[in-house]
Amino acid sequence: MTTERPLLAFALMDAPFESARTTTALRLLDAAARRGCDLKVFAYEGAVLLPFARQQAHPNAVHGRSAEEENHLLPKDIVAALVAQAAHHGGNIDWVNCGLCVDERGAGDTIAGVRRGTPNDFWQMVKDARNTLVIPTHG
Amino acid sequence: MKVLSIIECAYRATIEEQDDTVVWLMHALKGAGAAIDVLLRGDAVNYAVRGQDASGLAFGGWRQTEPPRIEQQLSSLTARGVTVYALADDLAERGLVPIDLLPGIESLQPQALAALVPRYDRVWHW
Repeated sequence: MTTERPLLAFALMDAPFESARTTTALRLLDAAARRGCDLKVFAYEGAVLLPFARQQAHPNAVHGRSAEEENHLLPKDIVAALVAQAAHHGGNIDWVNCGLCVDERGAGDTIAGVRRGTPNDFWQMVKDARNTLVIPTHG
Repeated sequence: MKVLSIIECAYRATIEEQDDTVVWLMHALKGAGAAIDVLLRGDAVNYAVRGQDASGLAFGGWRQTEPPRIEQQLSSLTARGVTVYALADDLAERGLVPIDLLPGIESLQPQALAALVPRYDRVWHW
């Protein structure tokens, strides 16, 4: 099933600050948002921490920079920027965090626009989307 | 106590962390007084290449103003007296020749690795 606007689904698994795959996934989401796609994201396992609201920037003594100078990349800010990006181009991002994964990690404090869900939500995304890109973790 | 830190896992989360976290840790430990040398192997030999540029990343309205500068991280380590080796076979497999590398990087032949390891009290493989 397709909608008027291209609908793409993504499954992400990696926790923030652990893998370059996350950066790649977020760049793909950015590119799709710029093209006006509607996006469905199912965050599974460690990826539920990407929109965790309590991430904090910090100074970095090794870099010799204050917190302001460091402008640390916080994934929660990237998720928020992607949501704004999609809206700017007429689309939207539906970000669903796997609820059980959230509970395991105590990751329930998320930024606005993120909702809790189940694998059923992912399956519905898959059925609705033009295609699904899974970016799994690897040991 | 002298430590050889062997770095093999490369570019794992360097964009988010704005550095390589193991190289960062070596800086911090050096600052704490540790005697450390570094051996780059596998894909991590690319850390020793000159002219890397990870700038320009943006997501929507967010811009990364301070990208990782691994080249400078390594140069800074050598400037602090840390010997940084790169395994010669891994350089060759990736088509890297001495002119590609930062000053001060020591290319290490594989047969020399066995002789190098016993010089250290601790060997960490990252």
